[in-house]
Amino acid sequence: MIWGSAVVMAAVALAQLGQTSGWWNLGFTNWRPTLYAYCLWATVLCWAQVVIRGEQGKRTLFVLPAALFVVSLTVFPLVFGLVIAFSSWNLSSPDGRTFNGFDNLRQMWADPFYWNALGNMVWYTLAIAVEYTIAFGLALLLNSQIRARKFFRVAFLLPLMLSPVAVSWMVGKSMLEARFGPLARLARALGWDNPSFFGSPEVAKMTIMLMDAWTFIPFMMIMLLAGLQAIPKELTEASRVDGATGWKSFWEVTFPLMLPVTITAILIRIIFKLKLADIVINVTAGGPGGATDTVTSFIFREYRDRSNVGYGTMLAMVYLVIIVIFMTVLMKLAARWTRPQT
Amino acid sequence: MTETAIFKDTEADRTFRAKWFANRLAVYGVLILWAIICLFPIYWTITTSFKMAPNVMQGNMVPWVDFDPRWLGWRSLGLSPDTIGAESTVRDEFMKRFLNSTIVSLASSTLAVLLGSLAAYGLSRFSYKFGFMKNDDISFFFLSQLILPPVVLALPFLVLYREMALLDTRIGLILLYTLTVLPIVIWIMRDQFAGIPTELEEAAMVDGLGVWGAFFTIILPIALPGMVAAFILSLVLTWNEYFFAALLTSTHANTLPVMVASQTGSQGISWWSMAALSSAAILPLIVIGVVLERFIIKGMAAGAVK
Repeated sequence: MIWGSAVVMAAVALAQLGQTSGWWNLGFTNWRPTLYAYCLWATVLCWAQVVIRGEQGKRTLFVLPAALFVVSLTVFPLVFGLVIAFSSWNLSSPDGRTFNGFDNLRQMWADPFYWNALGNMVWYTLAIAVEYTIAFGLALLLNSQIRARKFFRVAFLLPLMLSPVAVSWMVGKSMLEARFGPLARLARALGWDNPSFFGSPEVAKMTIMLMDAWTFIPFMMIMLLAGLQAIPKELTEASRVDGATGWKSFWEVTFPLMLPVTITAILIRIIFKLKLADIVINVTAGGPGGATDTVTSFIFREYRDRSNVGYGTMLAMVYLVIIVIFMTVLMKLAARWTRPQT
Repeated sequence: MTETAIFKDTEADRTFRAKWFANRLAVYGVLILWAIICLFPIYWTITTSFKMAPNVMQGNMVPWVDFDPRWLGWRSLGLSPDTIGAESTVRDEFMKRFLNSTIVSLASSTLAVLLGSLAAYGLSRFSYKFGFMKNDDISFFFLSQLILPPVVLALPFLVLYREMALLDTRIGLILLYTLTVLPIVIWIMRDQFAGIPTELEEAAMVDGLGVWGAFFTIILPIALPGMVAAFILSLVLTWNEYFFAALLTSTHANTLPVMVASQTGSQGISWWSMAALSSAAILPLIVIGVVLERFIIKGMAAGAVK
């Protein structure tokens, strides 16, 4: 039965292939029939598991749908993306796709804007250290004996809920507006004569970092707060009995206990940071002079302005390789770091 | 002062109390300061949607004191009291986007929670072998999708969807969004299921239930809070998603963030209508945030503490 449906799928795909290469005409206008055939095949595969393998098959059925879904939606596009990456393909030009080997790679090597965007990502990632400090401080405060804890928790959580696009208008376009924005007024009152938050490259980068921090500090804060609440009260009390004062008990008791949570929070935050794009696209569009560009926003514009699919995909692929290497190293380091303590 | 007083404030006590008081003051000062930082942009956006041009220029802040609230911004969206009954193309447009956003985020969150919790349950209970992949490898395979930056998938998907006529359709977006939130759901749910003792299902199996029967009747009700948390978290993420929506949709399946973004570019400085649009886009989330805060925090905390 599996083979039957697989044959159906292969037949449909072949028919489609023939259609596109112009061998015969069966009246297809797009690749949808192949998609339907694939869905059919996937369903039959799942069903067949139960019929053929009984109890064991029923267990497989838990994971199989999700696995099929993810494989078909990531692995296939990734392979397809590799093909695109090594070709020159401009969607707006009529020539279609042509294979051009390593030309894209060579072009990338000489593209100062891409390297600039990568450099910016390093800066953006470094900003996480500051975010982490603030988030930890807030988590400590929320964990201490305070009134109206629920109110503060909700208030601190809200920035995370807002969509980055709305935030980029609310904060980036209106509150930081050089003439009427309330923050510009505040800056003027504090003695900055001509506040322009996106004028010079350094200030613009700083502003983007601040806005991104504003949305994501709550995220780290909540993870750290959960970690703090998991520390048994007895430990801090014991350290107090032993004579450790606030500062010392924090560094010697709380902080080491929080190390695993810290590493998880920072790793996840880095992953999210590497995807940073919405705010940049909407507030500065990478300006002034590419100073705020992230890799994602750069590729986005590469497609939007030039419909250059081939080159854009190559950039994205290189970025993926860099990220995978970077994250693997980071996780290995983190694992080695926590092992002795646990 | 007589010598018979039992409780005396020694010098040390007094400095301690002063210190404690200063400490409290500092704590609440910082808390309130940060609360203002968090809430002010929201306050500003919502009030600006009721302002008129001169109010914006003068930077008036407090309604009824500094300026008279008007429905100007909301009127331009067709949502103010006097225009709510009338025909309005802008409102139709807005409602269409709003509906798109709602359908896409609800559908993809449901799908992700369904697929994700099944997979998470399987991974936490049974041992699998797909070729060389064992349980841990499969989990890692799912979770590693988090690292995958959206750009890498974006352009291949653009081409694929064009070939399959899925470009600018809701189904296309739903599939993609499900993919992006699936690892998060699996992460949260794996934690949930790991916390449920295995004896429960063993008892159920002895009573004659199958694997699936035990899952649906025994485990699912227990894990429901976790599922709700995962669902809400994915709802928030998919509602806010902009990157894929901007690339893959153009006219029919546009979501709300895309509309907000396109207005920012085109309209220069008609602040009140932008403010109204932004507040309409964020209001559902604020409501969710305030009402369901407990679940969101729970969901995010799930992975942090092992």
